Amino acid sequence: MFYTEAGQFSSHYRTDRRLFRLRQDRYSLYALLLFAFAVVPFIGSDYWLNAILTPFLVLSLAGLGLNLLTGYAGQLSLGSAAFMAVGAFATYNLELRVPGLPLLGSIVLGGVFAAAASVLFGLPSLRIKGFYLLVSTLAAQFFVQWLFTKVGWFSNDNASGVITAPPLVIAGHDLSNPAGRYLLTLGFVVALTLLARNVVKSELGRNWMAVRDMDTAAAVIGIPLARTKLLAFALSGFILGVAGALWAFTYLGTVEPHGFDLSRSFQVLFIIIIGGLGSIAGNFLGAAFIVLLPIALSLASGFMPAGVIDAGQLENLQKIVFGLLIIGFLIKEPEGLARLWQQLRERARVWPLRY
Amino acid sequence: MDFFFEVLTGGLLAGVMYSLIAIGFVLIYKASGVFNFAQGAMVLFAALTFVSLVERGVPFWGAFALTLAAIVALALLIERAVLRPLVNRSPITLFMATLGLSYVIEGAAQALWGAQVHGLDLGIADEPLELGGMLLSQFDLFAAGTAALLVALLSFLFNRTRLGLSLRAVADDALGALAIGIRLPRIWAVVWAVAGFVGLVAGLLWGARLGVQFSLSLVVLKALPVLIIGGFTSMTGAIVGGLIVGAGEKLAEVYLGPLVGGGIENWFPYALALLFLLVRPAGLFGERAIERV
Amino acid sequence: MKQTTFRRLAALLAAGLLASGAHAANEQYFPLQSYRVGPYAAGGTGFFGGFIDYLQYINAKGGVNGVKLTWSECETEYVVEKGVECYERLKKGLNGAPSAATNPLSVGIAYATLDRSTSDKLPLITINHGRTDSTDGSVFPYAFPLQLNPHSEVSAIVNYIGQKSGGLDKLKGKKIVTLYHGSPYGKETNPILELLAKKYGFELTLIEVPHPGNEQQSQWLNIRRSKPDWVILRGWGVMNPVALKTAKKTGFPVDHIIGNIWSNSEDDAAPAGDAAKGYISITTHPSGTQFPVLQDIKKTVVDAGKGNLADPKRFGNVYYNLGVVNGILNVEAVRLAQQKFGKKPLTGEQVRWGFEHLNLDDKRLKELGAYGLVQPLKLSCADHEGGGAVRFQQWDGTKWNVVSDWVQADRKLLRPIIEESSHKYAKEKGITPRDCSKES
Repeated sequence: MFYTEAGQFSSHYRTDRRLFRLRQDRYSLYALLLFAFAVVPFIGSDYWLNAILTPFLVLSLAGLGLNLLTGYAGQLSLGSAAFMAVGAFATYNLELRVPGLPLLGSIVLGGVFAAAASVLFGLPSLRIKGFYLLVSTLAAQFFVQWLFTKVGWFSNDNASGVITAPPLVIAGHDLSNPAGRYLLTLGFVVALTLLARNVVKSELGRNWMAVRDMDTAAAVIGIPLARTKLLAFALSGFILGVAGALWAFTYLGTVEPHGFDLSRSFQVLFIIIIGGLGSIAGNFLGAAFIVLLPIALSLASGFMPAGVIDAGQLENLQKIVFGLLIIGFLIKEPEGLARLWQQLRERARVWPLRY
Repeated sequence: MDFFFEVLTGGLLAGVMYSLIAIGFVLIYKASGVFNFAQGAMVLFAALTFVSLVERGVPFWGAFALTLAAIVALALLIERAVLRPLVNRSPITLFMATLGLSYVIEGAAQALWGAQVHGLDLGIADEPLELGGMLLSQFDLFAAGTAALLVALLSFLFNRTRLGLSLRAVADDALGALAIGIRLPRIWAVVWAVAGFVGLVAGLLWGARLGVQFSLSLVVLKALPVLIIGGFTSMTGAIVGGLIVGAGEKLAEVYLGPLVGGGIENWFPYALALLFLLVRPAGLFGERAIERV
Repeated sequence: MKQTTFRRLAALLAAGLLASGAHAANEQYFPLQSYRVGPYAAGGTGFFGGFIDYLQYINAKGGVNGVKLTWSECETEYVVEKGVECYERLKKGLNGAPSAATNPLSVGIAYATLDRSTSDKLPLITINHGRTDSTDGSVFPYAFPLQLNPHSEVSAIVNYIGQKSGGLDKLKGKKIVTLYHGSPYGKETNPILELLAKKYGFELTLIEVPHPGNEQQSQWLNIRRSKPDWVILRGWGVMNPVALKTAKKTGFPVDHIIGNIWSNSEDDAAPAGDAAKGYISITTHPSGTQFPVLQDIKKTVVDAGKGNLADPKRFGNVYYNLGVVNGILNVEAVRLAQQKFGKKPLTGEQVRWGFEHLNLDDKRLKELGAYGLVQPLKLSCADHEGGGAVRFQQWDGTKWNVVSDWVQADRKLLRPIIEESSHKYAKEKGITPRDCSKES
């Protein structure tokens, strides 16, 4: 009833091709953005802003980055965290060593550096396929971590190799309070999500999917494989780099190379598996799931009488639950939470009058 | 020069330990086309179960048998609950399922047996052995011997038994094997159980070396470049790859390390594997995929 | 169905966040960012077991001047962002009981909550570890690397080697290898070692072991080739037993390996079996159960079936005793702060005053039943470390035996380095250091 599409016609190609063709989609998106930008910073407590919303947004962004590469272009990667690290360390050094560069500029340039690193490690994808490509991304994972630990220059010769957030000031506004950091993160996430959505709907996005589904066939119909794959690496690296910078500076504030280890790469991979490979909304659903599930489980155990489950077992249990969910999703719903969301919308479309 | 050979042999022997993990991968990949990331978790599970049983007073072989039984049960369960429902899915999906599986196994193993570090003593003195001016590790020699025995056993199983024949048939052409009446699910369960057995042996050796604890499951990361150099489908490849990686990383650390500040062992094998791949995109002994549109 | 699950989840979250409504009685709260699973679980279960048992023991004796201690745990798994989440979740206190201090026992989590602690005015206790330059309390008012910071640690080890060789002047020409974990933690002390090598004229070789350290053959072959007099092991987790085993395999004498503060527990030595027999390490506190305070804990807490350890055999081991020491220091800080601010639950800011004025001399330690367990400690506004002394212990195959008296670090030498680093930090972050001469 509320979701009916009746009467919404496109009279131009332009309107037919817009990002959100349905009026309801558009309006609810506007409402959501309005809520996120104008309402949440005022009603959110420190805990919600610092410990839930900001990491959720950053992880969604990281998921988006990997999803472009793995979900859309079909190149499996276990090195996401390495590119996040490049973004974070590049941003830190730009801020430190290039006088006069504004914060936004260094974050974006940090992303560019990450994109370059990503392309470099993506080069072998022109010759190597499938699982063998894992070796390239894993090499990136271990090499980058080694480099940032080894070479003191990257952390300004800090004895313990950690980097600390520069003052978060944009055009004279101090954003170092929880709401400010949240808004900065949100701004990047919204902008990059729009960019990504545009790209996957463009020719490039369709080329990616063709390469993913079968790259030999894609080559046969004239898609330039090398360019397509490398562009996927570049854009994915850029988004991951920005996510890394945000992770380091708006979320944690201080980060060491070890903070971007292999388990972070796995975490990002799980976000896109659970959220949905080849889906934009899926990244947000997956990230929400990954952030909220552990908290929900540990709170749930708080309500049980003491001694039923001790903290250690709970964490093991959580591991098992995660694993089972991943397997379960792959078996029952390979397209992840995004698919469930889709189904919900399909149902809303005909509600309450089901033909 | 003596020192060079010492590093080289040390590296080769260490490489054998990597091969042990890699063999488990190859078995499963060949028979079911699954890139089994959970092999490391299986190694952990096996070693942890074994050592916990021994600590509870079960004699060595009793514990070995019980652990083996547990692993076979696990293999049957995996076949039934994970592989069967995912039949005909893309290799990437299967890989990700094994990622999930490794979480489940690690969680379950620690929930069952606790997270503390256990010492594991196989009763092999690890006194260095002086041999013509070179120092050799007794334990590594023993490990190499065990690995050789294991490989002999496996090649007997594959080449001389009826079961092995069906295994090879499935590896060659799963559909064809199905058509002539080989029961695919049973073969899968057998292969996973055999891989679990290999994992148990690897787990005991690695566990005796590192102590049995969570980081045992990380040895899987050492086995990956081995597999990639050797190719996913060849047991010979796993062994040769292990030797190359073992010797390569030790020599690099000793001779190249000081030039760049050391600590390069984590990524060097991957760089090495990458070089090999650029020349042979399917590993040294891997099957080159023929693609048709 | 989906809807109801979701609603239930939302309700659960909301309830969890609003649970701190009721105003509470006379209680002081400790938020515990503990870790009981994962690769470093052995440390977490021991440390937090000892800490909780000590808090229970104090409660059994009527609390701190009648103020009961409460706590709740939040599992971090040693993962930084989980630690941050736990910090944010617990910092406000429990049922109205204000938080006294956070004790994450994790370098990564400590780093990530440093800024937050300062702006929330909640002391961040990093006993035996943490950021070295946070010793300078004028720049880091809320961070306390109690007892021993990483720089003091190596200085004390070098002093001990000097003692063993018959005087610091005998160090000249000696060969010392440091085998360190390939992480910021591992690298942190390298500049100090280089400085000491220059000062005393010993030959220093730094060798890195990549994380996690389960393969060290090439490193030990290198060590064997250079035939050093001593090896300092700066390890972590699995790296330690593997180092000992590989040392044996390559024929290096294990009683010339000195482990640092994170290579000094039973869980580091025992898994190496025979190879660890004779291994020496530093400790800020002996293991063992002979101290009166541990006997009391055993009587009032453990024997009453309330002990926190799942495995009673671990009572009195290195990590457990570290937890007890940490409990003593936290409770003493609260007690001291109560003298100034009144016998009531205190805010983090007030407890911080207590930490900054901690002064545990032998007399007070004897009263606490912790003489010999805790080193004499005196903190001030400028000095957030206080002790800087260690003892050395040797593994006999089943347990640690203390083999030295307290060995003091050369803190005068280290101070300027610490200040240089803290001032650099202050400049980077735009902090104006406090004037410690004006603090009371």
